[in-house]
Amino acid sequence: MLKLALLLTTVALPLSAGEIWVTNEKDDTISVIDVDTLEVTRTIPTGERPRGITFSQDFSRVYICASDSDTVQVMDPTTGEVLYDLPSGEDPEQFVLHPDDRHLYIANEDDAVTTVVDTQTRTVVAQINVGIEPEGMAVSPDGKVAITTSETTNMAHWIDTATQKLFANTLVDSRPRHAEFAAGGQELWVSSEIGGTVTVFNTADQTEKGKIRFEINGVNADLIQPVGFEFTPDEATAFVALGPSNHVAVVNAKTLQVESYILVGRRVWHMAFSPDHTKLFTTNGVSGDVTVIDVASRQAIKSIKVGRFPWGAAMRPTKG
Amino acid sequence: MTALIALRAILHREALRFVGQKGRLVAAMVRPLVWLFIFAAGFRAALGLSITPPYQTYITYETYIVPGLLGMICLFNGMQSSLSLVYDREMGSMRLLLTSPLPRWWLLFSKLLAGTVVSLLQCMAFLGIAALWGVRVPPLGFLTIVPALLLSGLMLGALGLLLSSLIQQLENFAGVMNFVIFPMFFLSSALYPLWKMAEASPALATACALNPFTQAVEMIRFALYAQANLPALGWTLLATVIFGAAALWGYDPVRGQMKAKA
Repeated sequence: MLKLALLLTTVALPLSAGEIWVTNEKDDTISVIDVDTLEVTRTIPTGERPRGITFSQDFSRVYICASDSDTVQVMDPTTGEVLYDLPSGEDPEQFVLHPDDRHLYIANEDDAVTTVVDTQTRTVVAQINVGIEPEGMAVSPDGKVAITTSETTNMAHWIDTATQKLFANTLVDSRPRHAEFAAGGQELWVSSEIGGTVTVFNTADQTEKGKIRFEINGVNADLIQPVGFEFTPDEATAFVALGPSNHVAVVNAKTLQVESYILVGRRVWHMAFSPDHTKLFTTNGVSGDVTVIDVASRQAIKSIKVGRFPWGAAMRPTKG
Repeated sequence: MTALIALRAILHREALRFVGQKGRLVAAMVRPLVWLFIFAAGFRAALGLSITPPYQTYITYETYIVPGLLGMICLFNGMQSSLSLVYDREMGSMRLLLTSPLPRWWLLFSKLLAGTVVSLLQCMAFLGIAALWGVRVPPLGFLTIVPALLLSGLMLGALGLLLSSLIQQLENFAGVMNFVIFPMFFLSSALYPLWKMAEASPALATACALNPFTQAVEMIRFALYAQANLPALGWTLLATVIFGAAALWGYDPVRGQMKAKA
């Protein structure tokens, strides 16, 4: 009987149990949101001006770019305790964890370099000179290519991870903010905040494949500033945060056409999916909240108050 | 039994009158639709309105004014039935109705209910069109809004009844438009949230909050999202009782206004 009760309890637990970790740039904290109750369950102090956030592959560690503390903090997500700092170079804004689960590629906004850090030995492996104000970071699924976008030089810099050297630079529209590989690594997507576009490249020869433009009825084109974006697991659809236009665009990743726009909070930056990918959480910098989007219906269902100027978001599954 | 026959007859007459007057049917639908399609488009807040309950996230202006427009339908219907009562009195059919052996309150309630049912049908038709227009309403909301619309219809109908006991002639109806419908509608949360009104003038915001039409609109707004706004429900109920009692007094041949007009 007891076993049956235990079994039923286990079955009844939500399969999608998880948390969304949101960095609050102005509050120097992380807000942790439960994906089922859609409420903030914890607020954890961090270093100064936390922005980029990512988990290790087994979710036992969380890496946080504490930009104004000039460090990457490594935290135990269960206790919220900062374990140690990693050397990161000055003003780390955004980073990406290599598929080897060991090397962090960090954009140092003020120094025009990309720093590669070994998280095990806690040492800087390489520093690569890139354009001015590097920000967007991506690594190809096979781990062979890393990308840095530089906001002022308006370029995507292609780094060979074997040699840690640049092997190509491609021009994009004004102020590139975010980069992601798509289509199993065959495409690279780069958003340009001032240009108002997302450029899609063929990874094989770094040629431009297409460009996505956005238009929202009643919203001035100047306000449409694409920043973060995420793909559904089948990579058929991309959700693109459009900054001060307060909307997220839903883009067909095959045709590169915008299918709809979803109204969210003010100045939407980045986003993260729930573990089952049914919900998408967007960080809205100016309104200080996180909007939850129902992925299937493409509708905003709730906005949750977090700290001041939420910036980055990352998902952590929990056991329920 | 006789009471039910009377109720059915009054409902039937109201339904016949509504269906028979094609122009009224169209006008009843056009009025809120013009507000939704044109006014809301002109005021469209493409960047979203701040979150106030019952909304859980940012909404467009179209979404905001739908409950207000449902209230508007109830308001105009309430006034319309008041107009028809004045007409009935002038034509003599009112005297025929009131000479029935049934209690007067029952006859007046039947009349009120008939008007409310007509208003409910219009509201549901409008809501259907609004949903097709892209205003998102949770499916349960179509059900939970029914009692809220019925109560709002009764409250505004009772107000209409009260006014009809006060109006001497059909020509005075324009005054009702100017002094009742417009202030009630614009001094409410139908078109703008109360906090927005408070920005302009706290006194105006207080006047809005005291307006029973505001309370009805807020009750409808919450019911549309399957939530109960108990203070709004309480105020609307209270207003219904007060307007209903005053209307009964007005129609009392011994004490009320009818004495003067008999």
